[in-house]
Amino acid sequence: MNTPLTQEQKVVHLLNRTGFGPTRQEIQKINRMGMHAYLDEQLHPEKISDASLEDKLAGLKTMRLTSRELIELYPPPKQAAQNPEMMRGQEMMQGPRVVIVELQQMRLLRAVYSQRQLHEAMAGFWSNHFNIFAAKGADRWLSTSYDRDTIRPHALGRFKDLLRATAQSPAMLFYLDNWLSASPNSLAARFAPNNRRRGLNENYARELMELHTLGVDGGYTQKDVQEVARCFTGWTIRQPRGEGVFQFEPRIHDPGEKIVLGHRIPAGGGMEDGLTVLDLLAHHPATARFISLKLARRFVADQPPSSIVNKAAEAFRQSDGDIPTVLRAIFEAPEFFAPEAFQAKVKMPLEYVASALRATGTEVQMSHQLLRYLGRMGEPLFLAQPPTGYPDIGSSWTSPDMLLTRMNFASDLVGNRIPGSRFSPEVAGDRESFARLVAPDALSPATRSALSQTEGSQSIALLMAAPEFQRR
Amino acid sequence: MNISRRGFLKSSGLGFLALGLPPSFLVRAAEAQQVGRGKALVVVFQRGAMDGLNAVIPFKDRAYYSLRQSIAIAEPASGENRAIDLDGFYALHPALAPLKSIYDKGHLAIVHAAGSPNNTRSHFDAQDYMEIGTPGIKSTADGWLNRYLNEKKKDESPFRGVAVTPQLPRILVGSAPALTLSSIEEFRLRNEAMAGSLQRLYATTADSLFRFSGQNLFAAMNDLKQVQTKIPASSERYPNGRLGAGLGQIARLIKANVGLEIAFTEIEGWDTHVNQGGATGQMANRLKELAEGLAAFYRDIGDRMDDVVLLTMSEFGRTARENGNRGTDHGHANVMFALGGAVRGGKVYGRWPGIAPELLYEGRDLNLTTDFRSVCGEVIARHLGQKDLSRIFPGFHAPAPVGLIV
Repeated sequence: MNTPLTQEQKVVHLLNRTGFGPTRQEIQKINRMGMHAYLDEQLHPEKISDASLEDKLAGLKTMRLTSRELIELYPPPKQAAQNPEMMRGQEMMQGPRVVIVELQQMRLLRAVYSQRQLHEAMAGFWSNHFNIFAAKGADRWLSTSYDRDTIRPHALGRFKDLLRATAQSPAMLFYLDNWLSASPNSLAARFAPNNRRRGLNENYARELMELHTLGVDGGYTQKDVQEVARCFTGWTIRQPRGEGVFQFEPRIHDPGEKIVLGHRIPAGGGMEDGLTVLDLLAHHPATARFISLKLARRFVADQPPSSIVNKAAEAFRQSDGDIPTVLRAIFEAPEFFAPEAFQAKVKMPLEYVASALRATGTEVQMSHQLLRYLGRMGEPLFLAQPPTGYPDIGSSWTSPDMLLTRMNFASDLVGNRIPGSRFSPEVAGDRESFARLVAPDALSPATRSALSQTEGSQSIALLMAAPEFQRR
Repeated sequence: MNISRRGFLKSSGLGFLALGLPPSFLVRAAEAQQVGRGKALVVVFQRGAMDGLNAVIPFKDRAYYSLRQSIAIAEPASGENRAIDLDGFYALHPALAPLKSIYDKGHLAIVHAAGSPNNTRSHFDAQDYMEIGTPGIKSTADGWLNRYLNEKKKDESPFRGVAVTPQLPRILVGSAPALTLSSIEEFRLRNEAMAGSLQRLYATTADSLFRFSGQNLFAAMNDLKQVQTKIPASSERYPNGRLGAGLGQIARLIKANVGLEIAFTEIEGWDTHVNQGGATGQMANRLKELAEGLAAFYRDIGDRMDDVVLLTMSEFGRTARENGNRGTDHGHANVMFALGGAVRGGKVYGRWPGIAPELLYEGRDLNLTTDFRSVCGEVIARHLGQKDLSRIFPGFHAPAPVGLIV
């Protein structure tokens, strides 16, 4: 496809990229107000009312509880699942499993119903960038606050604020073990033989540079990892299974001088050491480039043109990491609406499921079956175990088994075989108008031909099982 | 049938479709057949970096006990929770007890101080290097198991390469068809009425990524339909979790003779930075799951174990010295297990580099004395019979045979 996008294709493209796919209402809205105003509004989510979503979320009571309340109300069951595998896809609803399932339901409902689609897309992006594994130990109760108090408030804020919020979040401190990292020379470590906090733990320091900021080729060494770990000694959690809040503990902090990326951090800095490191990393050119590359990958293509990455990185540097400014640079670049970008991305499972529910106007309530489908497609929400999170590369989501699960999902959805969802043929509309939500004037001959042999709701199922709907 | 099944579909299938003939005709014409007994390689990836020094313990290296004051495994002796002696120098972690009888029978070999020579301590990069088979070179597009599938094209079964994981792992990515399958029973379209249209659509779509995956999917589903009744359920008890489920599915496919040559599955949870535990605890639980899974697979396969080699690998080992949280951080060399009738088992292979502080790699980790490609290459050459490894592990020449395969 080398001809420029039509206006209709541009609108579908914009909705596929800035959110979880088009609905007829959203398309009408853009046609009314124009793409520019729509984007402006999406970049300021506080100006958008989300009342109907709030109604949907009202039943999820764990969303409003503090970490302390969650652990008190949802203590571990007697035979707590030792094996995190057991957290996946089982019905038994007790203890912390309730908390995680509600968190997953929340994410799915927001993706489908939120009017703040870009904010939701960015919350998902950062949640994956700063990944935690919600089934790990105390994170079963800390993930709710992580999503609500750490990620969401900064999803369209400044990168450095988000970075600091994650560094001080109990969920991240627990997931990457920094809460236990202590100077081996500290009095607390030396004179408490039964204390688990007897020395350095490199886990957070390494992932902070490799995954959160500089990128793996961002120019740090093993020595830097150790020095950064020293800086963050004492960044810990007060009562991980109680109050569950960030605390700096000077008694286990390493007070000596450190050299990080060639920068001298003088002795005696206390908690400032960690803040200095975060500042260094947030302003490092490798960080601007790495974050911009990941954003361009999310919004443009798996291998985005370097021109658009450069523009985003420049915007990042100029604006001191102001995320809306960086996003604007991406959306306003000509590469964003280039014909090569149209349908260039493969939907990740949540994007696929949410876009199907949105496009068909399916009514969704709490649904364990939908969550199970996401698990089978390879994206159980909040349950990526490795710190890398889920890959944002198309070939990771197109295996035969995943494709089969998507096909079965499409026919189950249309056949009303998914408890908690209600598909209505009248709302979904006829196949010609549905096709305009998928790829207006851009269905392949193969899909057109297959479509001509089906009718009614079968056509809708077939379209959602077709290659075009696997892409966005 | 002289014409290969896939070749037949490729050369004539689209022509028939153009004539409007139903796809069931194609399916019948290219009917799947049982391929017969063949050799197979099963790879188990331990994601997160297993602590090899606590899996196979060098209890006679005195440095071991001084480096690991709280997590060391007590040396072999009578009593519970002690290491299980293998040869007077190495011992198995007690949670690996189910493997001991297989070792004694000579069907389990161990390679210590093995792994990838690249010094990265990034999980992601190290797993990638081990899967693409070119440590230090990120630009390699395909995985080494896929390159093996591309070398030998004699047999066109859609089950030649199977990963029992949702995602196709990097190690199997490439131009040779490879399947992912999480359950034999659920590997079917629930809406049969859509099958014909979808198969045609995916066979002819211009979207090459989805055409490739869709063709593999439908070829495998159609084949599976033919043999499904011949795949008995497993009578072995596998441990709960993805590893046990995966190995159980793989054993069934091997026994069903559907042409499986390469299989892959994985087990997560080895990144033990904190409270790793010793004879019991976090890592012991993982080892127990691993050992029970491997032992169940061994029993399940039975006599066919002569045709099967199972290899384990993990991206890197962990620090020789325990860290400040009774755990271990990212290290270097590790341990690999090789299971199979063709394996010269009952022995720990590899030169022991020592773990006295002055002998450690970069002052902290177990040094590497056997490149994982030496081990994998030997299995491919001697067990699977693919002697030329130059395209599977480009630029790599094994310095000397490991001697692992009969």
